[in-house]
Amino acid sequence: MSATLAPSAGVTFAPVLERAFPDGAVRVEPRPAHDVPTLVATAEAFPAAARFLRDDPSTSFDLLLDLVAVDRSRLDGPPSCRGEERFQLNALLYSTKRNEHLRLRVALPATDPRLPTLVETWPASNWFEREAWDLMGIRFDGHPNLARLLTHNGFVGHALRKDYEAGQRWLCTDEDVLQTRLAAKTDLPEDVFETTTLNFGPSHPATHGTLRIVVRLDGERVVAAESECGYLHRCFEKMSETHTYTQVIPYTDRLNYCSPMINGAGYARAVEQMLGIEIPPRARAVRVVLSEFSRIMDHMVCIGANLVDVGGLTTFWYSYQAREEIYSLLEACCGARLTSSYARIGGLSMDVPANFVEWCRSLSRSVRDRIDEVDTLLTKNRILHKRMMGTGVVTKEQAIAWGFTGPCLRASGVGYDVRKDKPYDGYDEVDFDVPVATAGDNFSRFHVRMEEMRQSLRIIEQVVSRLPGGPVVSDDYRVVLPPKEMVYNEMEGLIFHFKNVFEGIQVPAGEVYSFTEGANGELGYSIVSDGSGRPYRVKVRPPCFPLFAAFEKIVVGGLVSDAVATLGTLNIIAGELDR
Amino acid sequence: MNDKKFPLPAARIEPPLAPGVPSTTGFDFLTTKLDWFVQWSHKNSLWPMPFGTACCAIEFMSSVSSHYDLARFGAEVVRFSPRQADLMIVSGTITDKQAPILRKIYDQMPEPKWVISMGVCACTGGFYRAYHVVQGIDEIVPVDVYVAGCPPTPENLIYGIIELQKRIQSGDLARHREAKTYVPIRVGTDPVESLPAYSKGVMAHGRSSESGFAAMEGPVEAAKAGKGETR
Ligand code: SF4
Repeated sequence: MSATLAPSAGVTFAPVLERAFPDGAVRVEPRPAHDVPTLVATAEAFPAAARFLRDDPSTSFDLLLDLVAVDRSRLDGPPSCRGEERFQLNALLYSTKRNEHLRLRVALPATDPRLPTLVETWPASNWFEREAWDLMGIRFDGHPNLARLLTHNGFVGHALRKDYEAGQRWLCTDEDVLQTRLAAKTDLPEDVFETTTLNFGPSHPATHGTLRIVVRLDGERVVAAESECGYLHRCFEKMSETHTYTQVIPYTDRLNYCSPMINGAGYARAVEQMLGIEIPPRARAVRVVLSEFSRIMDHMVCIGANLVDVGGLTTFWYSYQAREEIYSLLEACCGARLTSSYARIGGLSMDVPANFVEWCRSLSRSVRDRIDEVDTLLTKNRILHKRMMGTGVVTKEQAIAWGFTGPCLRASGVGYDVRKDKPYDGYDEVDFDVPVATAGDNFSRFHVRMEEMRQSLRIIEQVVSRLPGGPVVSDDYRVVLPPKEMVYNEMEGLIFHFKNVFEGIQVPAGEVYSFTEGANGELGYSIVSDGSGRPYRVKVRPPCFPLFAAFEKIVVGGLVSDAVATLGTLNIIAGELDR
Repeated sequence: MNDKKFPLPAARIEPPLAPGVPSTTGFDFLTTKLDWFVQWSHKNSLWPMPFGTACCAIEFMSSVSSHYDLARFGAEVVRFSPRQADLMIVSGTITDKQAPILRKIYDQMPEPKWVISMGVCACTGGFYRAYHVVQGIDEIVPVDVYVAGCPPTPENLIYGIIELQKRIQSGDLARHREAKTYVPIRVGTDPVESLPAYSKGVMAHGRSSESGFAAMEGPVEAAKAGKGETR
């Protein structure tokens, strides 16, 4: 189960690094092969290292994926874990030019942990820093607006610190919620004669009940905007720390609740990597098939709801029909329509029904019909073109700087898809294309999604046509519940069962960043284990988070009605955004 | 009416002009109690306002879509404006940050109004025993029907709506509502002082019960007075 450490796994640029930081302020940390390569910088060298990694052609890590803050005070480590090195901040980076991941780590002291902000280097870091401040209490000097992001303004303390009680709530009053921050903004262009401030949401049909946007309008034109999230902050990460590894799976379903299967499979994969176990080929194939169906469900709801927002209700009924049909398959597989909790660490909870292959085939045919119907309704629709083309434009450079991944990044001309570029679960064995558009406007995002659904069907048909037989769950009983006959008849089986249920899966101490292609982009799980049955820290890299963070910048200059269309095509799912 | 002096006119016996068009010449009428009639019309024309925040809202969408078609129960006119709705379906987790908004929206709905709490999150906080989640929306607004499930299937939600219709028809809810006074959470100058149950972070594993409200005689009166002024 234990993996060997490779001193510089994947870090091909170590010599350049040594030349740039001869004093050893940035060094390569040995990591097991399943984790991403890691550099450790001192707090002083951190900003310089960040800039170097972004700009140097041999590194060019241009996309900031995530900031992961870890409170190490309860880890079984050296005393510095509670003192000088209590906090750890990890910046997860990706290079679109070199298709490589990297983690840049820095340790911070227990008292007054602070760092210079990274907003200049990677604009995407803005909201990630606010989150780290909100939940972990790490201060970022020079940050433009270091306010709470996920919790409300009446909140006291930093919830993800280990000394914070998981159930400790604080009163949120009207004043905390309804203040108009935008009123304080004065740097408006001079020719603005008279502006109105308009509040969107959180209870507004276009914001899906949980997002809030305050726009300042000059006529119908948006001159400034500010978005806010956290209205669905359900403390996923804290909850994970208080549950066993298996119990976390249902929580992951509720992250992106439009495509729950993908989240569960991604999480299980992360833990499997830490454990170093392989799952049976059949489980892998079923995960892929159901994940792709989930992707279609997600895109369908995105397109349908988007069209409702811009005034076309009809599409919604067509696209929702496809969802209903897919629900039936999911229900037959695992018993639940929406929140499937089907993945298990080591495979799947149970085998698929006997007619799975035929069902998938006929389902993919009927879903293709639904997609064609939606296509006929929309893709050549002039009204839609007028609404969508040229609005909400995100250029390639902006998309990278703002940390976009998934369909939104591909609509801006960067063809990064984890399934293609870092294949997992056998995606390298199937033949499919990654649709890429270049305009970066709302229509491109819509169009990329339409095409992706077709590609997903291609994947499904190929995988189903050679669906392997055999078990759907690993036979490593340290991880998986043994079969009932074994539990009832053999001492060993009983012990395994008991240990698994009461203590949870014992994941060896360590850390991993594991990523899959979610419906909205790269869905990453950073998991830190202390060797016990519960995760020490789980951090999700929610693909929506950078998208919504950039929303306030995208809409400025456009009409307010375009803002609604843009919000729809970005496909913000609050469960995942706020966690 | 069957008095010999007033024999029934011929039009009474003839079929009506068209189905549903009342005869104008006849003496058609219906005796009923006014409140029965009012309740009957309330129950058959519910206008839901979905307060959907999370996964349950997706199942709510399923319920209104073609497959399950909530329209069959007279509740298809989904209104996103609280002023035009009389049934709030709270589907999804309500966090502390969302709580004042939920209350505000509820206050904006005209009477008579009902609330369905859809899903365990809205009912009790569900499996989020956490620092930012309201442990049941009945901390904030009165709830008429709780629908369990995570998420409830559309059948389950429809069952909840039928149950609500029954209770509206029976008149239970009207009486029940008069008997109960709920405290809007934004009462009082110092909320932490006036709302012991909701604040101070004691909510970890319990939730404010009837007794929680009963213990707050003072604020209840204040709330009533305050409400009277603003309306
Ligand atoms: S009850 Fe379950 S499905 Fe509904 S909002 Fe809560 S977690 Fe989501």
